[in-house]
Amino acid sequence: MSGNDLPAPQESAPAPVDDWPLWEVFIRSQHGLAHKHVGSLHAADAAMALANARDVYTRRNEGVSLWVVPSAQITASSPDDKEPLFEPAKDKIFRHPGFYKVPPEVKNL
Amino acid sequence: MRDMQTAEAGFQARIDEGVKIEPKDAMPDAYRQTLVRQISQHAHSEIVGQLPEGNWIGRAPTLQRKAILLAKVQDEAGHGLYLYGAAETLGVSREALIEDLLAGKAKYSSIFNYPTLTWADIGAIGWLVDGAAIMNQIPLCRCSYGPYARAMVRICKEESFHQRQGFDLLLALARGSAAQRAMAQDALNRWWWPSLMMFGPPDEQSPHTAQSAAWKIKLVTNDGLRQKFVDQTVPQAEFLGLQVPDPALRWNEARGHYDFGPIAWEEFYQVIRGNGPCNRDRMNARRRAHADGAWVREAAQAHAAKQRARPGAAA
Repeated sequence: MSGNDLPAPQESAPAPVDDWPLWEVFIRSQHGLAHKHVGSLHAADAAMALANARDVYTRRNEGVSLWVVPSAQITASSPDDKEPLFEPAKDKIFRHPGFYKVPPEVKNL
Repeated sequence: MRDMQTAEAGFQARIDEGVKIEPKDAMPDAYRQTLVRQISQHAHSEIVGQLPEGNWIGRAPTLQRKAILLAKVQDEAGHGLYLYGAAETLGVSREALIEDLLAGKAKYSSIFNYPTLTWADIGAIGWLVDGAAIMNQIPLCRCSYGPYARAMVRICKEESFHQRQGFDLLLALARGSAAQRAMAQDALNRWWWPSLMMFGPPDEQSPHTAQSAAWKIKLVTNDGLRQKFVDQTVPQAEFLGLQVPDPALRWNEARGHYDFGPIAWEEFYQVIRGNGPCNRDRMNARRRAHADGAWVREAAQAHAAKQRARPGAAA
């Protein structure tokens, strides 16, 4: 389903001039894992965003490292582009090892 | 018009399939507006909910109880922020939401318009009010709107601590002196009925239930949740040795549930209309805090602007 006839998706509402900018917060939950998006917050600058992220998102040992990124700096793909972007991968099942039948006599393959 | 109906049917089909709706996806205006209302009311409730408990931080009986209460009230602030964040993904600004609250245009849970008269009230809030909130919130972890569902998962993980510390506080009083037991009983007497009202009006009087259920932003009915809460909580009250203030309360073997007496809905509507014991105090406290913090917000912004203007500052 395309959903194209529903009201147009809104980007974030234009912030009033005196609103602090929005930041996205990413946490590395433990060493060896990637940072993962956990939510967002408002802050006047990067240092405050980091301090607020620590207070809002890591009160229970949720992480060992934080990233904060201004939300305006993130470029996201559009839901309308989902098909052209991701459909082509679906029929290329030969990219997965399970596509190939290995004779039982052959080992370590 | 036909196209619009097809699109809405398609939207409903996605929800029926269990597909989560994400911020940039197309969605009917009514779905967006209903969610903004529901999520922002929930956020406001978390923020206003700090006030009755904040009242006792300076008077907690031990350092450990004080540290626990501080941590709990800080969690409520955090929950408010997760939820404002989720509401903002729907295209409303934080400032506009807060302005609505301060202008008295937005609703929040009416339970927070009751006063916390004794230390036992802090226990009753954790055990009953947070207990009722958890019951409401656990199904919402599966709701159709992704950012809301994810915020609820975080909140539910933290609420369990809130409920247990409240029960633990009351257990200490229940095992204490006669005066402490009387204080615990008095708190239960005052918080029991308002807690049952937290689930909202009876199903037949609940205006938005059917559409919200179809959209999977309300997954269990008000009466269903209320019954579940009574069934779970009555045995806990018995363990505490406290009497639930309802002469009609009794186990119904045939139904497999507790029967309970009629709820005074007129009181509920009075409190919602602004005539509860503390409505005016709560709003005044919020407005004062917001006004008192204005210079901090402005100073932080001026500092950030100065840093950006410095030669060599990152673009």
